[in-house]
Amino acid sequence: MSDGTNTAAAKGNGGRDLNIVHLLLEGRAFFALIAIIIIFSLLSPNYLSVANFLTMTSQVAIFGLLATGMLLVILSGGIDLSVGSTLALCGVFAGFLMQGVELTALGVILYLPVWAVVVCTLAMGALVGIVNGVLVAFLKVPAFVATLGTLYVARGLALLMTNGLTFNNLSGDPSFGNTGFEWLGFNRLWGVPISIFVLAATAIAVHLLLSRAPFGRWLYSTGGNARAAELSGVPVKTVQVWVYVLSGMCAAIAGLVLSSQLTSAGPTAGTTYELTAIAAVVVGGASLMGGRGTVQGTLLGAFVIVYLGAGLVIVGVSSYWQTVFTGAVIVLAVMLNSIQYGGKGRKT
Amino acid sequence: MKAPVTDETPTDRPDLGEVVLAARNVAKSFGAVHALKGVNFDVHRGQVTTLFGENGAGKSTLMKILSGVQRPSSGALILDGQPIELHSTVDAQNRGISIIHQELSLAPNMNVRDNIFLGREIMGRGGVDYAEEERRTRALMRELEEDIDPLTPVEDLRLGQQQVVEIARALSVNSRILIMDEPTSALSASEVEVLFKVIRDLKARGVSIVYISHHLEEALTITDHAVVLRDGNMTAYAPRAEIDLEWIVRNMVGENFDLGSPPTGYDMGVPALELRGLSVGAASGSGVAVDRLDLTVRAGEIVCIYGLMGAGRTEMMECAAGRLPALEGQVLLHGQDVGHMTIAQRIAAGLVLVPEDRQRDGLVQTMTVGRNLSLASIGNFTRGLFTNRSDEAAIIDRSIREVTVKTDGPDAPIGSLSGGNQQKVVIGKMLATKPSVVLLDEPSRGIDIGAKAEVFRILAEHARDGMAVVYTTSEVNECLSIAHRVIVMRRGRISAEFTQDLTKEAIMAASGESLVA
Repeated sequence: MSDGTNTAAAKGNGGRDLNIVHLLLEGRAFFALIAIIIIFSLLSPNYLSVANFLTMTSQVAIFGLLATGMLLVILSGGIDLSVGSTLALCGVFAGFLMQGVELTALGVILYLPVWAVVVCTLAMGALVGIVNGVLVAFLKVPAFVATLGTLYVARGLALLMTNGLTFNNLSGDPSFGNTGFEWLGFNRLWGVPISIFVLAATAIAVHLLLSRAPFGRWLYSTGGNARAAELSGVPVKTVQVWVYVLSGMCAAIAGLVLSSQLTSAGPTAGTTYELTAIAAVVVGGASLMGGRGTVQGTLLGAFVIVYLGAGLVIVGVSSYWQTVFTGAVIVLAVMLNSIQYGGKGRKT
Repeated sequence: MKAPVTDETPTDRPDLGEVVLAARNVAKSFGAVHALKGVNFDVHRGQVTTLFGENGAGKSTLMKILSGVQRPSSGALILDGQPIELHSTVDAQNRGISIIHQELSLAPNMNVRDNIFLGREIMGRGGVDYAEEERRTRALMRELEEDIDPLTPVEDLRLGQQQVVEIARALSVNSRILIMDEPTSALSASEVEVLFKVIRDLKARGVSIVYISHHLEEALTITDHAVVLRDGNMTAYAPRAEIDLEWIVRNMVGENFDLGSPPTGYDMGVPALELRGLSVGAASGSGVAVDRLDLTVRAGEIVCIYGLMGAGRTEMMECAAGRLPALEGQVLLHGQDVGHMTIAQRIAAGLVLVPEDRQRDGLVQTMTVGRNLSLASIGNFTRGLFTNRSDEAAIIDRSIREVTVKTDGPDAPIGSLSGGNQQKVVIGKMLATKPSVVLLDEPSRGIDIGAKAEVFRILAEHARDGMAVVYTTSEVNECLSIAHRVIVMRRGRISAEFTQDLTKEAIMAASGESLVA
């Protein structure tokens, strides 16, 4: 059960024509995805194949992970521009740990097992999130500005850590027992890339968080009307900090998956990915004002953007046109959002 | 002034020498709410006509229609004997009608000169002719005897001076009719004197003034004619010479609609809520809104707090509920100091607030009726990590029945409800937390009389079950309903307390609404 279906059910008593319009409007990301798949399958025989779908979907994984974290922030009424940089910082941080950490005082080089590297990287993502969250919730810095700042800081730190270079050897050394980093991006379970399972697990966890846990209710009410939520006993500031922490952790997971897929960790990875993530959330029907949006919608949004881009490549459209199409889809999505929420949103 | 006549009821053919602007049979509806129900109103030439009425009587709506902000649903406006239609405030201004709103409509970041000529800039060669604007501003300020430099940013002016800037702006378009909506609510006594002098000067220049004020005594000193509005109807007309305070109050308040009576037949318990020497800072940053206030409310008791806008009622309640910090003093709940607790902890301890502005502070507009109702009691239906749907549904169903919300069901959008039902949702949401003390800030604001009676009935029922209830109101009738005790607040302090022998006049007197200090 989601807020989206709730409102659909509530409005469903307005006659049959209205029903169909509402169904199309509510399910627009889903119908758009179906249309994209059908059109490109007709245009190119290469599009409709299991191999291509798996390739495209593992691309979706990166953006889907970022967008899932972004959704939480946007539901709270904020925005997180730092996720692309956080992704790079976390990837580089993981690469750095894989190279072995030299502890000069002890005169040893510490090689962490892969699970410990993953935990440390997640902690790094959470740390960036805490900085964002505290800036926004307690120091009252507008989310756009706060996360714009961390966008630069995180990117700069990533560049500093590697001196601008890329860690190319992430495979570890069997003698140190720290192999297996590539499992995340390369291996397959029943023929499906692990990254897709990672996305699915994250999405299910966030969906449960939003639809079943008290935190979800707190988040929707904070984004819908923070003042009313606060007076109802919702810990609004805690919620605001947590959404940035969770977004940072999602970016860290995406960073791990990406560097594992590429078997290298570079400080310039993920540039402008935050914009793609925002686009996926918006195409998925979430309101940038906060309080409205679902995980399902956001995932559909990520699929629409990646499947559309990949389809255009496969049918041989210039990548410049891809950019134009993506932009048009985003604007169209926002327009439809305003139609859907128009008149019943809050007045600002 | 013509010889006083007892009946000033507007006639079909207004006397053109006497009446400059007339409204005939003007009605205005907002959806199902009838704000004005066929009103006749005369603005007397070169005189002050004061409009009296309680909150929600329709005064502001009528002013908005006269000044072109809103258009009437039916009825006609007659200016100098000619029927007119006002399409906008600019249209009204061009015909010489200006309004000074209760909430000042100045741009605080801009200076006095730019505010006065905002939207009507004087163009010279090569852009705005600032020198000419400044010269005219200085002339206006001289006329109003206010020493305000045209280049001062408005945010640096005191409220009273800002009011003068508003008046200057209205004068700068050569208004013949000036509507003033609560012009003195933010002014000090000396500033009121200045304003009244300005009004007398304007009268001498032939400007007609429509005046609205809650300060009845003040209004009586300046007005020439009184008109009383109640529940969207005009109820009385009279020239100044024939009326007194008592006449106004009687016509404003009218007959009592039965809003219930204090529940009896049980013993009140121990003190549930105690405020001890509580002071709360004013929103403006300087001064105090609540000044060393003491209040004790016992379990089962219903206390009504009456006061004018700015008396400190809202600040007191928000401080007790934990939204505003206390400057000094204590808030005790069942004898325990809750001063260090967050809002959430106070709710858990049994102290809840139903806020004044339900759109801004009460409802989450993006959520359904059911989720709004269950928002404050999420902990009560959480099992382990997750919320329990059937428990939540049970809580929501009980709330909907208890506060009698008329809705299509828990999944209906909150915006589909009428104002009264939205208010019941906000109250039901807080009652679902099973509080022992409930504070309600203007629970009857903007809801119809039937919903009001139901809200009071619900509160009385809970008081009988041992809940302590404190509600504020700015309508005297509501003091005389379910409250065991009426407390009047004025300038952050308790100015009077009544447990029996309540009269409307006495309550209004203590609030500063009348002559008696």
